[in-house]
Amino acid sequence: MIKYNRFVLDNGLRVLVHEDHSTPMAVVNIMYDVGARDENPDKTGFAHLFEHLMFGGSIHIPDYDEPLQRAGGENNAYTTNDLTNYYCQLPSENIETAFWLESDRMLSLAFGAKSLSVQKKVVIEEFKEHYINKPYGDVWHKMRELAYKVHPYRWMTIGKDLSHVENANMDDVKHFFFKHYRPVNAILVVAGNVELENVKQLSEKWFGNIPMGEKYNRNLPQEPAQTAARRSEVQANVPLDAFIKTWHMDARLEKGYYVADLATEILGGGGSSRLYQSLVKEKQLFSGIDCYHFGSVDKGLIAVEGKLVKGVSMQAAEKAVEEEIEKMQSTSVSVTELQKVKNKTESVIAFEDMGVMSRANSLAMYELLGDAELMNTELEKYHAVTTEEIQQYCTNVFSNENSNTLLYYAK
Amino acid sequence: MLNRKTAPGIIDAVDMKLQLKPCDHFILDNGVPVYSIDAGAQEVLLIEWVFYAGNWYEEKNIVAATTNFMLKNGTKQKNAFAINEYFEYYGAYLNRSCYNETAIITLHCLSKHLSELLPVVAELITESIFPAEELAIYKQNQKQRLEVNLKKCDFVANRLIDEYVYGFHHPYGRYTSTLDYEKLEREELDVFYKRFYTEGKCLVFVAGKPPADVELQLNKHFGHLPFHQNDIPQIDYKPKPAETKKYNIINDAEGVQGAIRIAREFPNRHHPDFAKAQVLNNIFGGFFGSRLMSNIREEKGYTYGIHSYMQNHIHESAWMISTEAGRDVCEATIAEVYKEMAILCNEPVEADELDLVRNYMIGSLLGDLDGPFQIIARWKNYILNNVTDEYFYNSIQTVRTITAEEIQALANKYLQPQEFYELLVI
Repeated sequence: MIKYNRFVLDNGLRVLVHEDHSTPMAVVNIMYDVGARDENPDKTGFAHLFEHLMFGGSIHIPDYDEPLQRAGGENNAYTTNDLTNYYCQLPSENIETAFWLESDRMLSLAFGAKSLSVQKKVVIEEFKEHYINKPYGDVWHKMRELAYKVHPYRWMTIGKDLSHVENANMDDVKHFFFKHYRPVNAILVVAGNVELENVKQLSEKWFGNIPMGEKYNRNLPQEPAQTAARRSEVQANVPLDAFIKTWHMDARLEKGYYVADLATEILGGGGSSRLYQSLVKEKQLFSGIDCYHFGSVDKGLIAVEGKLVKGVSMQAAEKAVEEEIEKMQSTSVSVTELQKVKNKTESVIAFEDMGVMSRANSLAMYELLGDAELMNTELEKYHAVTTEEIQQYCTNVFSNENSNTLLYYAK
Repeated sequence: MLNRKTAPGIIDAVDMKLQLKPCDHFILDNGVPVYSIDAGAQEVLLIEWVFYAGNWYEEKNIVAATTNFMLKNGTKQKNAFAINEYFEYYGAYLNRSCYNETAIITLHCLSKHLSELLPVVAELITESIFPAEELAIYKQNQKQRLEVNLKKCDFVANRLIDEYVYGFHHPYGRYTSTLDYEKLEREELDVFYKRFYTEGKCLVFVAGKPPADVELQLNKHFGHLPFHQNDIPQIDYKPKPAETKKYNIINDAEGVQGAIRIAREFPNRHHPDFAKAQVLNNIFGGFFGSRLMSNIREEKGYTYGIHSYMQNHIHESAWMISTEAGRDVCEATIAEVYKEMAILCNEPVEADELDLVRNYMIGSLLGDLDGPFQIIARWKNYILNNVTDEYFYNSIQTVRTITAEEIQALANKYLQPQEFYELLVI
């Protein structure tokens, strides 16, 4: 049970405070309700590029990192398709430094030309390092384009194409900032060795007079139900054939999300999972295979992804995956097998909740989803899932017409 | 009116009191030492069984790593699936990892399940049988994994730079080829396992919220195993550094980035320069605000990241600079690294920068001590490196008191370009 207090400033900034006096540190976490899904299709990769620019100086403070480091702090940030999160940790005595820094960059960036031109280069190197210069690096670019035709999940956070990052200009940057980086679209979580009253006072002092901004009303085109199976083939300079298949699943707040989470764990989580035992160990068709989902806020994807043992045909590999999927549809999983994945979930949640930083991040995430209290009711939702629901869900979701198959061949 | 230009007052992290939570210590009936940290709010537990069973002790390449990996692949009573299912049913994670001197079994679990899990960990240490079929699958899949990794410039560069610094004969410089997998025999695993696990030297580390009777439980399952705590072979490897210092390798003609590694040998943490050089290293390339990062990423945009660090080895170490940079700016990146070395040699660090680094290092240390798993990790590192908590307090003292002159002298002693191996893999 994670305890916290919540209040809202007049400008709409939501503030959550989680006290934990067992640590000498304080965490300040700001989540902005904007991700790659909110980008213009011709200017993808922007939310992530923007995350880099947030470190390039704000209106009154030329450098974000230096004063924080001087106060004994560390920070980082990440961007997903759904959201952007900034977090720092510092000795709690110096917490006001974090308020000063974070509020100034919420007030306004400095919009320096140098920062933009350098960070474009940095992001281009990041793009190359992770998606071009690595074998199989383009798999998810291709799969997203296959699976999504309408929804902006069809591109990756890093962007659809290097040129989109290269072409970003200062007008785009300013427009994006004043549209999304406003108090009314942000959540501040302060955690660790802090006192509620002090946080209230500091929040009011540093964030209180930032103009509210306009509430961003997300109105994304929703992906229509897929009605026919899609397939695609690639020949690439890689040593081994790979098989990747996805199916559309429920959104983060739908009941089916929890069922899907447990079903993917039964299929692909760990050394006793079905796909690993059957296809890697018994039939030896794959050298490794995973089943997981993306945890997306909107309707996401369940994925099966594996590399074939040399000499195994793609047809044989695909057929074997299908057989395992069919078993999930035709026969109920055992009560013990379901209990196993529920126990794993319980333990994952307990381990996640160990660190203050991780707790702060989760609180922000659930608040963004609509209610921080969801963090404390998560486990019950997993416990409520039955074997019948898993079977029914697999029957519905793992249908041929809902599937996208990418056959990735070694040249 | 709020003054947003002036930073709020801070308390210098260097003036903060840092304490390493003392570690509980007890000894099982057969002499196995147990180190334990009881802390944290969650009812979770981490236990590590550390064996002196790293590749330092193998007579043939990859015997140690394979033995370690296959501890979960079959005992006299359970096959691989049953072992995995058992741990996973309790929501527990059982991992193993092989390093140079040591090899480790790690258990993460909810504290309430400990008593169900300990007997099976003991079974892995005493009754593993390394089934031939499991070994065959492992060899085949590892060979395939290696083939994929060999396409990556960073993977290739990491292997080669260690070979240049230590020599291929040395456990720190050795790496794996597909041929090694083919030559591996099942019986070699049996022999290594008996000598270095079942009858080896074992240390146990516990952290989290252990049950009140954890000592009794550990003694019951591990206190009577036939370990030989004092009988580990003394093997000395002398590094044989390569003669050539510069290497340019094309691994992928179409590569759009190059992996750069620049490294020199460096003494281990018992050397008086070690703690001081950590401060110099932080200024040079040890954190986001370092000179390498500021210049090569934040000023020039040549790379997504560049870091320098001392390798965490027990016997001897190396000082390493590591980055992946755009193919057309690799040469420029290398030139800038040497330029930054020269500046550190020629000019004393300014007080302002040194203060920042001191505060950053202490603040980051404070953050690192947050939580039982982090605290036990530090203790484990100290114990395996044969230092005490005196090392912790001395290092803090060094960060607080080292002068710009001492730092410049260290730069002149160690940051000499001709002493470094330089490798570029496209």
